[in-house]
Amino acid sequence: MSAKERNWWIVAGIVIVLYALFPIAWIVSLSFKAPADVANGQFLPSVFTWENYSQILTGDAAALFLPALRNSFGICLIATFLACILSMFAAYAIARLDFRGKKLILSTALAVAIFPVISIVTPLFNLWRLIGLYDTWPGLIIPYLSLTLPLSIWTMSAFFREIPWEMEQAAQVDGATSWQAFRKVIVPLAAPGVFTTAILAFFLAWNDFVYGISLTSTSAARPVPAALGLFSGASQFEDPTGATAAAAVVVTIPVIILVLIFQRRIVSGLTNGAVKG
Amino acid sequence: MASVEMKNIVKKYGDGFPAVNDISLDIADGEFMILVGPSGCGKSTLLRMVVGLEDITSGDMIIAGQRVNDKAPRERNLSMVFQNYALYPHLSVFENIAFPLRLAKTPEAEVREKVNAAADVLELHEHLERKPANLSGGQRQRVAMGRAIVRDADVFLFDEPLSNLDAKLRGQMRTEIARLQRRLGITTIYVTHDQTEAMTLGDRVCVLRKGVIQQVASPRELYEQPVNLFVAGFIGSPPMNFLPAKLRNGTLSTPFGEITLDPKRSADIGDRDLVLVGIRPEFFEDASLVEGDKKQHGSTFRAKVDVTEWLGDSQFAYIPYDAPDEVVEQLKDLSRELDSDQLRTQAIVSIDSTSRIRSGREAEFWLDARKVHVFDPATGENLTRDPDAGAELTRIAAEEREEEIAEARESGLTVEG
Repeated sequence: MSAKERNWWIVAGIVIVLYALFPIAWIVSLSFKAPADVANGQFLPSVFTWENYSQILTGDAAALFLPALRNSFGICLIATFLACILSMFAAYAIARLDFRGKKLILSTALAVAIFPVISIVTPLFNLWRLIGLYDTWPGLIIPYLSLTLPLSIWTMSAFFREIPWEMEQAAQVDGATSWQAFRKVIVPLAAPGVFTTAILAFFLAWNDFVYGISLTSTSAARPVPAALGLFSGASQFEDPTGATAAAAVVVTIPVIILVLIFQRRIVSGLTNGAVKG
Repeated sequence: MASVEMKNIVKKYGDGFPAVNDISLDIADGEFMILVGPSGCGKSTLLRMVVGLEDITSGDMIIAGQRVNDKAPRERNLSMVFQNYALYPHLSVFENIAFPLRLAKTPEAEVREKVNAAADVLELHEHLERKPANLSGGQRQRVAMGRAIVRDADVFLFDEPLSNLDAKLRGQMRTEIARLQRRLGITTIYVTHDQTEAMTLGDRVCVLRKGVIQQVASPRELYEQPVNLFVAGFIGSPPMNFLPAKLRNGTLSTPFGEITLDPKRSADIGDRDLVLVGIRPEFFEDASLVEGDKKQHGSTFRAKVDVTEWLGDSQFAYIPYDAPDEVVEQLKDLSRELDSDQLRTQAIVSIDSTSRIRSGREAEFWLDARKVHVFDPATGENLTRDPDAGAELTRIAAEEREEEIAEARESGLTVEG
């Protein structure tokens, strides 16, 4: 790559990063503005204030926000965990075994993934009320699985396909049962794939709004995105913009931390050296 | 340690194509058996049936006197080195070698001892804590072997273990494997498509073609008394030359003049219009360099040399010749089947490295008629094969082998490294 070409790439990269990060910067800046300052017409607040943060963490909105934060964490982590475990087995079977209906499973998973959430939320609402899942954690975990599983199965089976068959056969010849071969050889090798899948699944669940707002009514199970929509201003003539922005910043932080932690685990080329290189 | 018996083994895939067809083979305890053949001959499939990674359609696989057809790989107590090594990338070299022991729940102290012993044999000591990704090809190969020898397996199986190494390393590892097998005296089945490996490593070599055994014999017998065109063409490098000829009264008329067969052999064949004469490159010589009394065993002819290759210790000359179309077609088929692609009909002859024969000139060659073979072009059968002489060669090889093993086992306790 010539120096000129490289400069172009750098410039283009900066432009894209700015473009992508600008809304986030704006949210951050908004979260530091006092209510009267929100419409000041400039990017930076005239006076930096922690008022919004104290409002959502200890003030009026805390009763709404803190349980929602707890719900979101609990529900999303459980949904992610279940999705990973289930899709690991499903993907292994899809990648390794020959059975009838394999294509059907994959295409059904894809169909589920592209199915519009909004169209099933009403029937689900009625059903959940009927069987007592409305406004409970399982009542959200189950639909979240339907969001995360298809994607997890697809990504994970792609990862499993990359693992050479011989690894498993070698383990079997070395004296492993199929389960031991899976646990001691395949799973460690698939770990980067599992972490990637976990992050994607977590985001999907974490960012959901439609299920969250429709299938909950109290802070027993309401997740953060739904709670944000219910913030109210100091008076009914005032938008809770600052508080919402502060809450948005707070919920973004765990996601960023999660990515930073798992990023190390998503090392490409872990399988280097397994087979001829 | 165990013997392996295969009785009428057949492997058919879903479409009914027999990848391995009715193979019966006995491998004695401590024997080094090579399965060799061009790609697609079923040799790897056969090996995978021995180890249990491939189902057996019909026939009996008997290891150490027990029928193992329905046993899982882990119940067969075999160890295998895969073509691509199949090392576990997330484990250190030590743990890779220790893997079979860990699965068997071996006590820690014993694991250490055994892995260290294996590392001694394979000179892997300084690499034990490294990950496979940081090793060179040859080192990975040795780790794979370490994993195989650390366990007291009944049989070693090798699936083209050297094909991923460069030529120099391949030679070294070949010697290493031979030494290791002699030292441990464990029954070994080794799959390769490389005839050099087959010749140098094996006590006996089983040549396969399209899932059918062609010949099972010592390397020397394969070389000197091949059973058909396929074996003759496969064993030996550079390969045997096949010249079309007409046979009348014990005299073969070939493009390179007339060759007289000894009376016994010519009587076996009778007169034929078209045969293929198989002549190894080293049966030729630069006529000017042949001593007087030796000359009478063969014939001389003049031919134009296309190319010569001088290699220092030897020299090859390529001599083109004309052949009838049907023969050309058949030789092409044969060379295709042997994974080579000979474009023109030419003979490769080996001449002394001091010979002054040069490319593009006509020269006089001498041809040793004593060891040529005559093949039936239609069936490929070797018409001049002497089964008794062949069996004798294999018997001698077996004897030598037994002596070697006995010696190795006797001195095994004192030999280090």
